[in-house]
Amino acid sequence: MLEFFSQLTGLIEPTIKIVGLVFLVILPMVAYSVYAERRFSAILQDRVGPNRVGIPFTKVSLAGLGQPMADGLKFILKEDFTPDHVRKVYYWLAPALTMVPALLTCAVLPFGGYLKLPFVDDPFKLVIADLDVGILFVFAIASLGVYGIVLAGWASNSKYPFLGGVRSSSQMISYEISLGLSVIPILMIYGDLNLSNIVQQQHEQGWALLPITLDGFKPVVSMRDLLLLIPLFISFIIFVTSLFAETNRLPFDLPECETELVAGYHTEYSSMKFALFFLGEYAAMIIGSGFAVTLFLGGWSLPFGWGTNGEDSLFWGLVNVGTFFTKVIAFILFFIWVRWSIPRFRYDQLMRLGWVFFFEIALVNILLTAAILMLFRQG
Amino acid sequence: MAIVVKRPKLSIFEKMYLPAIGKGLLITLSHAIKILRGKKKVTMQYPEEKWDANMPEHYRGAPALVKDEQGRERCVSCQLCEFICPPRAIKIVPGEIPSDDPWAKVEKRPKEFDIDMIRCIYCGMCEEVCPEQAIYLRKDYAITGLSREEMVHDKERLYEIGGVREGLVNKWNELK
Repeated sequence: MLEFFSQLTGLIEPTIKIVGLVFLVILPMVAYSVYAERRFSAILQDRVGPNRVGIPFTKVSLAGLGQPMADGLKFILKEDFTPDHVRKVYYWLAPALTMVPALLTCAVLPFGGYLKLPFVDDPFKLVIADLDVGILFVFAIASLGVYGIVLAGWASNSKYPFLGGVRSSSQMISYEISLGLSVIPILMIYGDLNLSNIVQQQHEQGWALLPITLDGFKPVVSMRDLLLLIPLFISFIIFVTSLFAETNRLPFDLPECETELVAGYHTEYSSMKFALFFLGEYAAMIIGSGFAVTLFLGGWSLPFGWGTNGEDSLFWGLVNVGTFFTKVIAFILFFIWVRWSIPRFRYDQLMRLGWVFFFEIALVNILLTAAILMLFRQG
Repeated sequence: MAIVVKRPKLSIFEKMYLPAIGKGLLITLSHAIKILRGKKKVTMQYPEEKWDANMPEHYRGAPALVKDEQGRERCVSCQLCEFICPPRAIKIVPGEIPSDDPWAKVEKRPKEFDIDMIRCIYCGMCEEVCPEQAIYLRKDYAITGLSREEMVHDKERLYEIGGVREGLVNKWNELK
């Protein structure tokens, strides 16, 4: 009995982390990234964007911050229409299958170093599951996301969703390869799959893409890190581009492609089921940005090795969390910026880019990293 | 005849694609910066900001009846506007002016004058046809209402919108 209770208290910490991260941070961020998308795209195109909705029944508009709530309410109240010609089971399963993998991967995302609470002896590690196979877990789960889209396309039993589903599956499978290969140089350099450890190393030695630490005011850079910047930069470009393809964002949004396929794989969906697809895309985008930040831009750490990992002070722990989310938000804005600047690729161009360029470049990049690591090997 | 379109020869920079993406990103960013710094303004926030001050003289808004400088109704209910109105928005019930009225010589004035603003197409035919210059298209454009009845402007409302216009037709005045 006692053992049971001690196991139960052991569940409290992860539960708080899951609820805190997923329900209080990621999901509101998903809702508000839709708002950010609309406002920022408007600014990029000389428009205004939604700036009216504020507190209901008052004239307070708060620059339109009430818009996501109103949109959510609208989606819940809309008629949830299930067409007659669909395969009901898979049709109902598909929206959940796109949202769940996107949210699952955030389990291994280190959103801060440690949090030392007053009156508690052990500092909390700010990651839901500190897995030693972190990145592999991410790839394993994230590639499940394609099932949702393929099922949606197939179960809808209609022409355009089917084409969208087919496009999506081949696109996501193609880019998964270059996505995986582009991460390998990072793993080679840090010699670890655990994302927390990778960030900790970046915290000590400078970010992967900014390998500078400050000794007083004198910058310290090693030749090895400077040379490694070349493969890391190539990796970064491939990783980010593949991320765009994986999340079906605009330069590669052929599965939706409203000019050709009506709405792609979610043509037959309405109400909250459609919203799940819509929000799943944004959730994937947020988590993807989180991983890009974690792997290449130092995760929760400040540049130049400033601050500590928060093991001994609450202040630095909170600063690290703030740093992480600032970086993620900046990255999401970058996503939006790209979406509203670059036109869509043709499908053969997309395949060519994935298979003919990125795949080979990523492979050569691994060799290049290995050569540089060989050159500066100790002992 | 098939037309052969020559593919443009791309320079190495254009073939690399990334510089072109960078250029595109910079263009959108420059727009964003201009908007954020308030250097460029495209959209008007409608109910708060209005274009009223810049409305051209010939703007055709809601049609309305006007009075002259002596407070007399200009309209003599000849019903020409009712007949010319293409969507048949105007309905006039003519009435006689009693003989003890100072303007008894005009003989007729409208008893009722309704313009259905749901039907009105703001064409300005009524203004053009009016021999008394009694009906004018004013600059009111936001005609709203919660019911069909509310959208019908009666005589009182029409004079309220129209107001007074001076020095147009003076044929009913005393000879000097």
